[in-house]
Amino acid sequence: MFTVFIDQFWQLTVSGIALGFIYVLIALGYTMVYGVLRMINFANSEIFMWGTFGAIVASRDLFGYNQTSEPAHGAKLALVLFVQLFASMAFAGLTAVTVEFVAYRRLRAKGTNRLATLISAIGMSMVLSEVMRLLTASRPVGSPRILEKVILVEVWGAQIRLDTLITIVAAGAIFIILERFVKLSRMGKAIRAVSMNEDAAKLMGINLNRVITTTFLVGGLATGAAGFFYVTVYEYTKFNIGFTMGLAAFTAAVIGGIGNIRGAFFGGVALGLAEVYASAILGTQWKSVTIFIVLVLVLLFKPSGLFGEAVTQTRA
Amino acid sequence: MKNFNLRDFGAGIWERSNRYQRIAIVLLVITLAALLPFAGASFLATPVAAYDAVLVYPVAIFVLMSLGLNIVVGKSGMLDLGYVAFFAIGAYTNGLLSMHTGLNTWEIMPIGIGAAMFAGVLLGIPTLRLRGDYLAIVTLGFGEIIRIVALNVSWTNGPNGISGIQMPPPILGKEFALDDQKLFFWVVLVMILLTIWMIRRLTVRRPGRAWEAIRQDEDAAELMGVPTLKYKIWSFTLGAAIGGAAGVLYAAKNLFISPEMFTLNVSILILACVVFGGIGNIWGVILGGAILGYLPDRIRFISDARLLVFGLVLVVVMNFRPDGLLPRKKREKALIKKGANA
Repeated sequence: MFTVFIDQFWQLTVSGIALGFIYVLIALGYTMVYGVLRMINFANSEIFMWGTFGAIVASRDLFGYNQTSEPAHGAKLALVLFVQLFASMAFAGLTAVTVEFVAYRRLRAKGTNRLATLISAIGMSMVLSEVMRLLTASRPVGSPRILEKVILVEVWGAQIRLDTLITIVAAGAIFIILERFVKLSRMGKAIRAVSMNEDAAKLMGINLNRVITTTFLVGGLATGAAGFFYVTVYEYTKFNIGFTMGLAAFTAAVIGGIGNIRGAFFGGVALGLAEVYASAILGTQWKSVTIFIVLVLVLLFKPSGLFGEAVTQTRA
Repeated sequence: MKNFNLRDFGAGIWERSNRYQRIAIVLLVITLAALLPFAGASFLATPVAAYDAVLVYPVAIFVLMSLGLNIVVGKSGMLDLGYVAFFAIGAYTNGLLSMHTGLNTWEIMPIGIGAAMFAGVLLGIPTLRLRGDYLAIVTLGFGEIIRIVALNVSWTNGPNGISGIQMPPPILGKEFALDDQKLFFWVVLVMILLTIWMIRRLTVRRPGRAWEAIRQDEDAAELMGVPTLKYKIWSFTLGAAIGGAAGVLYAAKNLFISPEMFTLNVSILILACVVFGGIGNIWGVILGGAILGYLPDRIRFISDARLLVFGLVLVVVMNFRPDGLLPRKKREKALIKKGANA
């Protein structure tokens, strides 16, 4: 039971961190929106799924790659990957802004109960996943192999592949950029102000709708980037992958303290590791159970997540 | 007619009626509901699935579950995203007991309800201290855990599920049959009526008032001496009991259960029924359960796009009627407070 775990500990750690970084970016999508609106953006999982399709559309339709093409090299490789990343982020960002506009804006203006918003979000995520299901005829879509998965180095028996390295480095960079954006930019300041006190922020002349749209956009961009990394690592996508990934990422956001951007980072990495370790020890079928038990324990002893919510709630 | 409001219209008729008129109204409504299975030839007919079977599941069982979930979400304001867990526990109790013992459906029913209530208390004691979205995610996790356990342990037959569940024994000499499910519909209808009666009784008594206070402002309720945790656990457990009963009935109707029937989607769908119909108002909830249970089968002619249409309906109705089709009375609405309980 533990032999696999001990033998492959470092290999598991590497893949756990890579998976964790994907979770971090999706969790950022949840946590940004939650921080500002106190609302679970249920459609975020589908925004992620649309992001994965962005990457595939870019490589297949823009660069004409197919399943039999040779992987790219050098400058061409960098260009293709960059365009894929951009397409993923654009797809997901646009989807996120559309979701906000169609499903949430009107309800927010009315100041109605949050459950109505939740159901609207659930309806919206059904629409997003069904549209994609119809477009892809319910079939999984394989991604052409752009990136040759060469093994770069071996540390303590753990192979670090090129795609793992790119995921960790690039996802880390995107995370830092977004975190800095929220921390330092004028818009980021406005976002934080709205998340602390919406009414006061409005009185200070902050354009609430613009802030909220930006929040959704930033969350969508992060989630879309996660879609790109997912496609790069797993080389496939399907209309229904959003659910599991979204659930795990949301759990990560809660573990780190939802609404807290740095919390999303630690939560994501912790969850990625926990998932990979639990799969090795107990078998993959029990990994979600382990995740949820960890979540319940965290919430019982530290109800606002490991790192606390960014903004103290009036009641918590 | 701009200010016409179906809820106020219905409530108006009820309030103006005397005792005998009220009995007449109740009898009329029950009779109409009981006659529903005979309307299969009308515009209500479902294109693919058998109409009377659709009336039992999803329609009637959805209504029953929506009523149960409404106690938790609507009456006491706790967001439960794992309601399917209790449904699954009820269904598996029926499946396992019917496989290993000679008990029939009606003997299993109290055991199934008891098992679901036990699970409700077990989950409720540690988690009901959490609020709002955290409670939502923990209950969601619980629902998934139950499904994954059913999928992976050997005594539930894993993904193969349990088949050969026995038909319920005849009632008043009338046999249950697969091709004619009218009797089953009436059984579920009786369950629904009992549930409505129970909820209406509870609402006007201490538990109902405590739930209302908790929903509107939990801190204030606690300060006023309402033992909030106790009543929250009560509410959760009652909801669980109804979910368990629905599960037993579902297993008896379907004669086969497998883990894939108890996914998160069921929880979400039932929650959608509650909110769509009018959270907190039992008539709204019944309407919501009936419509959302019935709609996917009715629009099967657009088979491939029906879930898409379903999602669109949810978005549109929520945007234009955020309190649901038949909302609760204005004075019962909680103060809308950012960051407060859902």
